Amino acid sequence: MPEIRNYTLNFGPQHPAAHGVLRLILEMDGEVIDRADPHVGLLHRGTEKLAESKPYNQTIGYMDRLDYVSMMCNEHGYVLAIEKLLGIEVPERAQYIRVMFDEVTRILNHLMWIGAHGLDVGAMSMFLYAFREREDLMDCYEAVSGARLHATYYRPGGVARDLPDSMPQYEASRFRSKSEAAKQNEARQGSMLDFLEDFTNRFPGCVDEYETLLTDNRIWKQRLVSIGVVSPERALQLGFTGAMLRGSGVEWDLRKKQPYEVYNRMKFDIPVGTNGDCYDRYLVRMEEMRQSNSIIQQCIAWLRNNPGPVLTEDHKIAPPRRADMKGDMESLIHHFKLFTEGFCLPAGEAYAAIEAPKGEFGAYLISDGANKPYRLKVRAPGFYHLASLNEMVQGHMLSDVVAVIGTQDIVFGEVDR
Amino acid sequence: MNKKATQSTLAQDLKALALDGVNEINVDVGETEVVVNPDKLIEVATALRDQLHFEQLIDVCGVDYLLYGKDEWNTDTSAAEGFSRGVAAGTAVGRMSFGDEVEPLADGESRFASVYQLLSLKNNRRLRVKVFANDNEFPVVPSVTEIWSSAEWPERESFDLLGIHYEGHPDLRRLLTDYGFVGHPFRKDFPLIGNVEMRYDPQKKRVIYEPVTIEPRVLVPRVIRKTTRKVPDVADDSTSAESDAAESKADA
Repeated sequence: MPEIRNYTLNFGPQHPAAHGVLRLILEMDGEVIDRADPHVGLLHRGTEKLAESKPYNQTIGYMDRLDYVSMMCNEHGYVLAIEKLLGIEVPERAQYIRVMFDEVTRILNHLMWIGAHGLDVGAMSMFLYAFREREDLMDCYEAVSGARLHATYYRPGGVARDLPDSMPQYEASRFRSKSEAAKQNEARQGSMLDFLEDFTNRFPGCVDEYETLLTDNRIWKQRLVSIGVVSPERALQLGFTGAMLRGSGVEWDLRKKQPYEVYNRMKFDIPVGTNGDCYDRYLVRMEEMRQSNSIIQQCIAWLRNNPGPVLTEDHKIAPPRRADMKGDMESLIHHFKLFTEGFCLPAGEAYAAIEAPKGEFGAYLISDGANKPYRLKVRAPGFYHLASLNEMVQGHMLSDVVAVIGTQDIVFGEVDR
Repeated sequence: MNKKATQSTLAQDLKALALDGVNEINVDVGETEVVVNPDKLIEVATALRDQLHFEQLIDVCGVDYLLYGKDEWNTDTSAAEGFSRGVAAGTAVGRMSFGDEVEPLADGESRFASVYQLLSLKNNRRLRVKVFANDNEFPVVPSVTEIWSSAEWPERESFDLLGIHYEGHPDLRRLLTDYGFVGHPFRKDFPLIGNVEMRYDPQKKRVIYEPVTIEPRVLVPRVIRKTTRKVPDVADDSTSAESDAAESKADA
């Protein structure tokens, strides 16, 4: 009698469907998974330890690099924790800008997710469509902060600067004729808000386009329906948040339940799944994109009519205007102290959580009264989702592992930190 | 206002429960925290889950209190020659290199703590549970994986990064650091620059590890200044400010 043994398969870390640097050790019984052991940490940079050696403001940029497809949401969680400890007020306009960019970020993230998830499961064209729309949103990032990805735009007490009045334009070159450039610049003639509004008018049609391709697609449904089913009880036990929790039928969204900034003034719905499988989570995220789009429109309408400050006037926290520094001694001192030493937080602890595109992103901050955090702990939603991978793929086929990783919307920047 | 009401009732609920092993109940910036005796953690956590409906364990965070409240630059008292300067660097985070010793904590002070963030979806409130490990040399805290499955990975992470041992954890392996890593990098006496660096050696034709050659470098010294919170209760004030704004708008 030949001995029958389980086969151990090494999946990743350089596998394109591993969404980055995931190494999975799979124990296989034929083609069925017995046990999955994710090895993470290949992207561990020690962000939390680095934060301990820097003044508070210098860590905002590191937050972008955690979940690098939902950059501004990470900044938001961190900045909220600082504001909570400082006890400062954020100007209303800054709150609207934050909400607007949180939702822009949510769409950015979900587009990346649908692209990668589609690609993994075999819908190649999704990737190209999703990236076409992402491009416009990243242009908004660029217009407002100067960077397409790692914006460092949110600051304790507001946002770095107000929304710009003009959008960058395409130029004609060897690769782009004059008429092509003019066509691409058509939507860019007005302010950033005009450009974004134009996008939000177009975008629901784009989501319809994706749904036509996928929602009733036979192959798509065969790959997702009844795969990776999680019951609501298990979802809570496993620490699921965000779309993963809502896909299992638990109606929980921090934007509604524990509203921060001006979310309590926004009108939107929380989509909830029923079966807790990959297909429900897909439907939830698609609907979330439509809801985000509507929130952005509400913010645009408000922002158009309500000019005002976007950063706190407390110059112990936020730098004074450049022009003031030239003539005003007090401003010069504030600027010098802020950029050589930073600001000190009162001793204490705070945990601030936001509804990031992937789930609850939290920042737990311990301050001993210094100008640097004593300890910063980032609560990354993807970390808990990936931890449940073993449970979610047991009894499934190898090809379903890819679908489950896709549905979890894993990004290693935040899992490994 | 509402938020404040739920928070105070949480503290009241906790007091009413009178759980054995809860040493302190603190409320700060609208957050409630309990400090729990490590021997009683399992009982307290079970009661919190079953009686106060904290269905979800959101996060576990290990903390090393070795350098808590230590600064590099005295900003309170000046000598005849003025204030002290941040150039005389001590052993703050980022300043250390391999082999540097840090003054240990005084007797009776706990160095390691494990902090749990709990969320109750039913009552829509949060609670922070803090447990100080008894032994500073070999910190042990009971594992809560039996109560909340989500504790498995964050406890592994805390073990990996801070060396806190979670008793009863089903699979306490390193999680984030490299295979064969030595030490616990998030401890305050672990240098920020690390201990070893890695490169490919063309002679040996393999990757080798060597002691680090870079110098520790921190640009901004760590200072502690006496600051007070601008607004005592964030949640409370924001609601009142909003209503003020609404009123003034209505007036206009």
